[in-house]
Amino acid sequence: MEAKAETAANTINIDGQEIPFEHGQTIMDAAFAAGVYIPHLCHRPGLTPHGSCKLCTVDIRNRISASSTSDRRRQTKFTVDADSRSVSACTTPAAAGQQISSNTPALNEVRKTITQMLFIEGNHLCPSCEKSGDCTLQAVAYHLGMLDGHFPQFFPRREVDASHPTVMLDRDRCILCELCVRASREVDGKNVFAIAGRGTAAHLIVNSPSGKLADSDLETGDMAVHICPVGAILIKEQGYEVPIGRRTFDLHHLGEAGLEKVVLAKTVYRDE
Amino acid sequence: MSPAIRTASSEQLSAFIANTCSKSSHLLHVLHELQHRFLHISPEAVIEVASFLDLPPSQVESAVEFYSFFSTVPHGRFDILLSNCTSCGYTANGQDLLQLLCDRLHVLTGKTRDDGLVSVDETSCIGMCDHGASLLVNGRPVTGLDAVKIMRIAELIETGTPFENWPAEWFDISDSIRKIGLLLSEDITAGNGLRESLMRGIDGTLEEITQSGLRGRGGAGFSTGMKWKFCAEAEGSAHYVICNADEGEPGTFKDRILLQSHADAIFEGMTTCAYAIGAELGFLYLRGEYRYLSPHLEAVLARRREQGLLGSSILGRSGFNFDIEIVVGAGAYICGEESALIESLEGKRGVPRNRPPFPVTHGYLGQPTVLNNVETFVAAAHIAQNGSAWFRTTGTMKSPGSKLLSVSGDCAYPGIYEYPFGVSIKQVLDDCGAEDVQAVQIGGPAGTLIGRSGYKRIIGFEDLSTGGSFMVFGRKRDLLDIIVNFSRFFAHESCGFCTPCRVGTTLLKNAMNKIAKGQGTQYDLDEMERIGTLIKRRSHCGLGQTAANPILNGLQRFPQIFRQRLARGDFEPSFDLDAALEEARQITHRDDAAAHLE
Repeated sequence: MEAKAETAANTINIDGQEIPFEHGQTIMDAAFAAGVYIPHLCHRPGLTPHGSCKLCTVDIRNRISASSTSDRRRQTKFTVDADSRSVSACTTPAAAGQQISSNTPALNEVRKTITQMLFIEGNHLCPSCEKSGDCTLQAVAYHLGMLDGHFPQFFPRREVDASHPTVMLDRDRCILCELCVRASREVDGKNVFAIAGRGTAAHLIVNSPSGKLADSDLETGDMAVHICPVGAILIKEQGYEVPIGRRTFDLHHLGEAGLEKVVLAKTVYRDE
Repeated sequence: MSPAIRTASSEQLSAFIANTCSKSSHLLHVLHELQHRFLHISPEAVIEVASFLDLPPSQVESAVEFYSFFSTVPHGRFDILLSNCTSCGYTANGQDLLQLLCDRLHVLTGKTRDDGLVSVDETSCIGMCDHGASLLVNGRPVTGLDAVKIMRIAELIETGTPFENWPAEWFDISDSIRKIGLLLSEDITAGNGLRESLMRGIDGTLEEITQSGLRGRGGAGFSTGMKWKFCAEAEGSAHYVICNADEGEPGTFKDRILLQSHADAIFEGMTTCAYAIGAELGFLYLRGEYRYLSPHLEAVLARRREQGLLGSSILGRSGFNFDIEIVVGAGAYICGEESALIESLEGKRGVPRNRPPFPVTHGYLGQPTVLNNVETFVAAAHIAQNGSAWFRTTGTMKSPGSKLLSVSGDCAYPGIYEYPFGVSIKQVLDDCGAEDVQAVQIGGPAGTLIGRSGYKRIIGFEDLSTGGSFMVFGRKRDLLDIIVNFSRFFAHESCGFCTPCRVGTTLLKNAMNKIAKGQGTQYDLDEMERIGTLIKRRSHCGLGQTAANPILNGLQRFPQIFRQRLARGDFEPSFDLDAALEEARQITHRDDAAAHLE
């Protein structure tokens, strides 16, 4: 069995394309290595996969018929596509022979709805946001053809923390992806951020005696400062150094190889 | 007395925390003691607890904000939580008892009275569904509420009467067992099952449990024997047994009865499991609403230690060491999900983990862990004592054994009914004296809503799988109100981890409110179906995957209850201009006609 696992059988199939994978890789890892883009917001290679934004949701075809599954799955007529199961590509291990749907109109519609959910639960005002053009949420929305928030806005009241000399925290734009939480813990070795509360009241907190960024050991060079996919964590006094029209997603597409490095390097021009 | 009486100097606080942490280092226990003593958990207390337990302050703060029973602002010295369940909730007998109590005490829901005497709020089902409208006062349940009792409670609070002088019978929670079967007809003799298991040996015990066909009683129905086997085979520095007594599904209360009257069987089942998988430590995770059962459970544990059924060299078998700790939750439905429960046990927010890996290989502290329902352990203890063949004498091929149903709602005889698997819904309805039934909710809000055409269906993993909640709704009930209630429940209990559930459950709640107010249109129904289907399929865990069930079942089986409330026309704005003025009215203390749009 081991011998077989090392051979050509080590591939998964995404939208008809055979993609090799190595033991231990997730579907997202394998897709990423093969240059296949699966939309995502809470994932960044090198950090522990999270699986919370659900943008990377894909369908895996079941090998056995679904007729044997319990009442839970078949209790309503609304269950779509009962011969496949839905998983997050970023957390699901790749396994030989998986038949995966990802870039389909139906799944992109699901992703668009999830993106709309993220927009309306926070206060995302792109035209006045200095992250516009560098914002992955905005770029994903464009990528998915999202033209409006669709749902009634929640208009939550969230706290802004401008206490830190060089870093700004605007929770209005936080999408709870926890990239900063993980980057601080796993890369910076600091544990500056955490999530508190539950449901729509969940929010980002700062691990300091006063709960303010100024009292934390966060520094401008920390990965946690640069990794925010939206405009929730910003470096002060740099907002408009790169003009609109020359920002990351003005020049690059989301799915481009090697873009992760570009997105992280916020302090340099991105069109070099 | 002013609320200031409960604010402590920093020395007092430090001493209190040091003392509490020395008794139990479980974060939930420490936070409970603080909440109990100081009526809230202050930022200073958070910092202090973090330093004593060597945790990041953010972890302590995030736990405080996650669990419903902790608060950052002071609650009243009498802290009252009325259940909002459809069976034991404050409207269960047709009156709004919450409003009545608040009016009587001159207090606003969710706001502590200025003199610090009392706070009143609502909470999710507290598991008293066979006893009518119920509340928790400082954590103690009081059941069978009506207007008269509410008035008396208000009086006792207003006069600051200590609990010793409240009618003692108010705090007696009886077991209403209506029908006994395989498990309830005779209790096990403490130690008997264990002795049999020791004779069978580890492999023999695993084989016996597997042969019995016992499947998890929480509703998912995984083979208990297989779970134990996988865990026994998994490598780790330690193995753990956890009993899930976080019975949070509205309408379920069978675990309360088992904890109250069959605790020996629960612990015997856990110890049998410990023997089979090689665990030395086990936990019983008790929902915060059942904290009042904790002294009784501790007493049973103490007796079992004396009997040599817990501790080291159990029943004289050297190397068989096992003990059980009770950890009490703090108001979070999500912690009934196994991996969220484990997170909670580790002192974190109850957020479900990514799976795989499953708890059998990576559970508590990342080690192999068996996590079973209370009823599953009870059944396992009986199987250990009486054998698998005995167990298989009842039930169906796919669902051997019996199931405890918690029957509540519009019926003459609410209570616990133990049936062989395979019993029809109609049989249960006949037995519990339910007449003129409109619908039945099987398995709680997360389960299935069925109407008359479904009464031939059976309880079992092959048809209607359930953790045991069986709620009956008579003709006089407004079924739409029930669904509104359920959608509020899920929005309140969503942990907030994944987008579809966090945002989606609130969207569904808002849409249901809109329909109930008569402002919905067909468009809203179509939207609910679309969002509901998405949440069901794309959510991270079982909570989200089932949260839309009441609405989807309702749209499919009871479309008329939605349609008859629809506004005329194709579109109705969801923005209510008059409601938007509410804040302005409050600020200006106006509520006259001119302060309203119409």
